[in-house]
Amino acid sequence: MPDAPREAWITGIGMVSCLGESADAHWQGLNEARLCLNSKSFAPYFVHPLAPIDLDRLIPKKSDQRQMEGWQRIGTYAAGLALENAGLKGNRELLARTDMIVAAAGGERDTAVDCNVLTNKAKSANPGVFLNERLMSDLRPTLFLAQLSNLLAGNISIVHGVTGSSRTFMGEEAAGVDAVRIALARILAGQSDLALVGGSYNGEREDLLLLYDTGEQLLRGSFKPVWERSASPGMVLGSLGAFLVLEARTHAQARGRAPRARLRAVLSERSSRPAQAVTRSLTAMWQKLAPQRAGARMAIISGATGTEPATGEERAWLKTVSDLPVRATGSKLGHGLEPQFPMNIALATLVLGRGKLFPAMDSSGVELEHDGPIDQVVVTSVGHWRGEGMALVEAVN
Amino acid sequence: MTSAHDKYGRPTVVVTGMGVITSLGAGKSQNWAKLMEGRSGIRRISRFPTEGLKTTIAGAVDSVPVEPFCSTELAERMAALVAEEAIAEAGLGAKGNFPGPLFLAVAPVEMEWTHREALAAAAGANEKVGYGDLLRASASGRFHSIHERCLFGSVAEHLAERFGTKGSPISVSTACASGASAIQLGIEALRRGEADAALCIGTDGSVNPEAFIRFSLLSALSTANDPPEAAAKPFAKDRDGFVMAEGAAALVIESLESAQARGARILGVLAGCGEMADSFHRTRSSPDGKAIIGCIRNAIADAGLTPDDIDYVNPHGTGTPENDKMEYLGIVTVFGERAKSIPVSSNKSMVGHTLSAAGAVETVFTLLTLQHQRLPPTINYKIPDPAIMLDVVPNVARDAKVTHVLSNSFGFGGQNVSLVISGEPA
Repeated sequence: MPDAPREAWITGIGMVSCLGESADAHWQGLNEARLCLNSKSFAPYFVHPLAPIDLDRLIPKKSDQRQMEGWQRIGTYAAGLALENAGLKGNRELLARTDMIVAAAGGERDTAVDCNVLTNKAKSANPGVFLNERLMSDLRPTLFLAQLSNLLAGNISIVHGVTGSSRTFMGEEAAGVDAVRIALARILAGQSDLALVGGSYNGEREDLLLLYDTGEQLLRGSFKPVWERSASPGMVLGSLGAFLVLEARTHAQARGRAPRARLRAVLSERSSRPAQAVTRSLTAMWQKLAPQRAGARMAIISGATGTEPATGEERAWLKTVSDLPVRATGSKLGHGLEPQFPMNIALATLVLGRGKLFPAMDSSGVELEHDGPIDQVVVTSVGHWRGEGMALVEAVN
Repeated sequence: MTSAHDKYGRPTVVVTGMGVITSLGAGKSQNWAKLMEGRSGIRRISRFPTEGLKTTIAGAVDSVPVEPFCSTELAERMAALVAEEAIAEAGLGAKGNFPGPLFLAVAPVEMEWTHREALAAAAGANEKVGYGDLLRASASGRFHSIHERCLFGSVAEHLAERFGTKGSPISVSTACASGASAIQLGIEALRRGEADAALCIGTDGSVNPEAFIRFSLLSALSTANDPPEAAAKPFAKDRDGFVMAEGAAALVIESLESAQARGARILGVLAGCGEMADSFHRTRSSPDGKAIIGCIRNAIADAGLTPDDIDYVNPHGTGTPENDKMEYLGIVTVFGERAKSIPVSSNKSMVGHTLSAAGAVETVFTLLTLQHQRLPPTINYKIPDPAIMLDVVPNVARDAKVTHVLSNSFGFGGQNVSLVISGEPA
């Protein structure tokens, strides 16, 4: 006799951003008009700075904190929040069976070393040898471990004891989408019962601003919400950490955990982005979700970046699908690339838990105020360069 | 007797195409011939000056020109070469239209010194160069190519575009286990029935000064520079670290059912995969070997086999004092008395440690081992380590009957993956 179809519940969420580190802080922040924005430190660029977090609470050993750079501390902390939220923290038996997929970049650099080399290398008698000498003597040996993409997952294993499995996906926004997609697929197929999935990003870094600036992908001039940037497009980076605990319904019920939401589907697409490619991807994914979309009490949480043509095409597509309420969290939290999609699924979970949406932050007509109840949320992701994704999250009645 | 499904009722996953490039050469036949001769690909580094460095040797792939040198560019070009070889052998799909997803093991991408120096030059800073100067230059719009090249997803994206793989390509990093993780992701996708075929690639072109110095600062690299070909000494008493190397390997994997339906030649079976993460330390295994042991056992159980069925081990075998000791503990614990008699030979003694590519490179070598029924040696094995009593196939290749092989990959960060690879469907 075939088993009943498997179902994946979200049984834990962990979020850190400029809005704070708890579900309540995020809900409050999303409901306030206040903007957490640093326009001075990296002028002419803006960043959404990380709110103060009590690292010692979830990363108790100073030696662990020292072995990480900022992005790893943010992620390890957010992972701890999700594990705590799901009732897994400290449960060694369950943690030893928890499968982890982390979406990560990395490469946090010692910018002082970089600047010294750039200032003096060309003037030196033998530039290649000069580079060797400086790197050999100036690089901290452990900095490498704080730079490696897979060492966020490594630190989560060390600090929180998650050891079932550990995989790290790289590749900007798409890495976040595919991390959640594959974690969900494994649960639905019976390859996994319990998964920790998410990522983190430190938006307050000159070296990463530089990477996106070479592509002219950053907002300059005056700050505007993502939908209002078409005349002067660009991202505003934000420091984000977001993790989800996904769990097979049977597994959660067996240990007496209630669902925060059901993760119904995650889809991803790629194209090399000729004109209208984003529209085609979004349309294809939207149609694939048609059998599961109930319709009326639905909202869309968008991962729009504010870059063009990505956000312009998403804006136009949104107008074609329906008059559903839309919210782009990038206007409020900033854009964090890899963790953006897991963060938006966590925020969708928050919306479903409250049964209603937070206020619009847009004067361009994409986001409209909405008072009605919400029991399904579609989360979109349109990467600033490549990769499109969509999730359907719903309330469990 | 072949079965479309394994003993757990999942689709059986087979390999129908392979490609490889290492410091020994390009292509399967050249690599296999040199492995059988016990030749080393380790040489003096010529790509950049090595004055002031403790280690001056590597298994660089200099046969693929990249000027100015860029590690990510080299990784991408090698990946394309091995994918061409693998897809041609599999004879699957049409040119630029591969009928399945891409799983790519690739090193984390970074802006390199050539990029920063180009920006610094364009900024024209007179005295002290700061990031503000670089940002001033970057905003000129003349450096879009750096943005695209240095995105973490760019290698996979370019390969997906070129080979026409389906869906969103996955770039995976589990440090030195990445190549095996890419294969594992492919196996799982086929078992879920998401696709009938997948392209799994591992690639690494990391021999640049900064990456090299980082490993050196962790005291992970052999400093036995003279002669270069004798430096990689897995399992020997005088082993003193791994030798950094470059390379790539690709596998076309298919469900057995799909491969048989189109009459494809089956090169081997990916019978099982297992993993277990270590929570002990960032660069060292738990002293009790728990994660390594669990990882090996998970893979053998996933293949529906017992340790007694395994007749050859392709180890991680890096040649660091720590890895080889811990891997030995894992092998002894899982195989018991048989550990002394199961051949365990490290390809890394000849090609060096190809890092993100290693799991894929060694899977190709394992499949060639099964195909030829001949074991590649562990070269440079002059002084046995009394604490590691293994049959390492010392120095000379030999014939053997091999049916089921265990291949191990262990990464910094505690990420361990083992694969069980079989000669033909059970």
